[in-house]
Amino acid sequence: MKRSTIDIWVGAFVVAGFAGLLFLAMKVGNLASFSTAETYQVQAKFANIGGLKVRAPIKSAGVVVGRVSNVTFDNESYEAIVTFNVDAHYRFPRDTSAKILTSGLLGEQYVGLEAGGDGVMLRQGDRLRLTQPAVVLENLISQFLFNKAAEGKDGK
Amino acid sequence: MWRRLRMAERALFAGLRQGLERLGQGAEAKIRRLGFAARFFVAILLNSGTAFRRFSLTIREIYFAGVLSLVIILVSGLFVGMVLGLQGYDTLQRYGSSEALGILVALSLVRELGPVIAGLLFASRAGSAITAEIGLMKATEQIAAMEMMAVDPIARVVAPRFWAGVLSMPLLAALFSAMGIFGGYLVGVKLIGVDEGSFWSQMQSSVDVREDIMNGVIKSLVFGVAVTWIAVFEGYDAPPTAEGVSGATTRTVVTSSLAILVLDFVLTALMFTGGNGK
Repeated sequence: MKRSTIDIWVGAFVVAGFAGLLFLAMKVGNLASFSTAETYQVQAKFANIGGLKVRAPIKSAGVVVGRVSNVTFDNESYEAIVTFNVDAHYRFPRDTSAKILTSGLLGEQYVGLEAGGDGVMLRQGDRLRLTQPAVVLENLISQFLFNKAAEGKDGK
Repeated sequence: MWRRLRMAERALFAGLRQGLERLGQGAEAKIRRLGFAARFFVAILLNSGTAFRRFSLTIREIYFAGVLSLVIILVSGLFVGMVLGLQGYDTLQRYGSSEALGILVALSLVRELGPVIAGLLFASRAGSAITAEIGLMKATEQIAAMEMMAVDPIARVVAPRFWAGVLSMPLLAALFSAMGIFGGYLVGVKLIGVDEGSFWSQMQSSVDVREDIMNGVIKSLVFGVAVTWIAVFEGYDAPPTAEGVSGATTRTVVTSSLAILVLDFVLTALMFTGGNGK
């Protein structure tokens, strides 16, 4: 085979290979939408984070506005500190509250933000004051059982 | 009576000793070969200047190792993806989450099946060819002739083939994954009727570029190095007979397939450690 034909085929192969990689990165891995956007970092303390993981979504009104970047344990207040990055397009008031919610009955856990009414907006490094921990199913069930037992006693 | 026993005892000890000796010899030969393979690897790296200075040599080998493997890689990628689509749908719809088909197809291809199956196909399609070619060159004394003419056969013959394999392998694995995802899309969305929007959006929300795609590329690069290293070494080390070359070709396929599977386990253990290592 002539050398130029080989060159053309190899060139086409390399182009196709990189096109495949680009397809994986753009269409499958969604490189374009989030990682390059500007973000600001916000922290929140939770009494219990349940099964929240790093990279879990931050949602407000159901729309993904950021991702959890770090989860640590505060050894003084014995609470979990969740650090997350919020996309700079989305601004929230300073008295925004954060809840840990579950998508669906058994789905993954995420942080839900509910905007407050303060005029001052959240900035890089701020900490959310109002938080609500994750619901732990065992606690819920035992609470329910205690209530039932208490009701039974009152009835007699 | 006693004498008989004594003789039986002696025969037993002699047999044991022989067995041990054979084991020792075998182990020594294996270790020596391993050392030779390692030195050979270093020699390839040191002598790969020519492969890049006269890049047309490498391009020619990329044509033989990469371009000619395209058909088998693309077709098997398509079919693996289509089978994943069918099987994944069958299981997922029992739990009412058939929209997660995109995640299943994409993650299993990008993380595991793409690099591993492309590596196995590459080993049997291109690795065996490299071994046979170099082995035959040695058997027909072309390599000895080169040495006589003061042409370094490692720089002229081995290094271009090695680098061609290392460069081709990630591209082939990426094409395999892309083709497989397309196959999963064809079966899942076009044939079965999973919602197209949720197929792609669920896939995009759970496939991470660095965590999943980059790790897949790293895996395929490692497999490329392992397969071509084994292939060129077996070819160069083959006994210069028809039987020797055929044995070396078989060994290339067997050893590199095993190497891919073992390396895959090691790399997966290092890369995806249960989510708390991130």
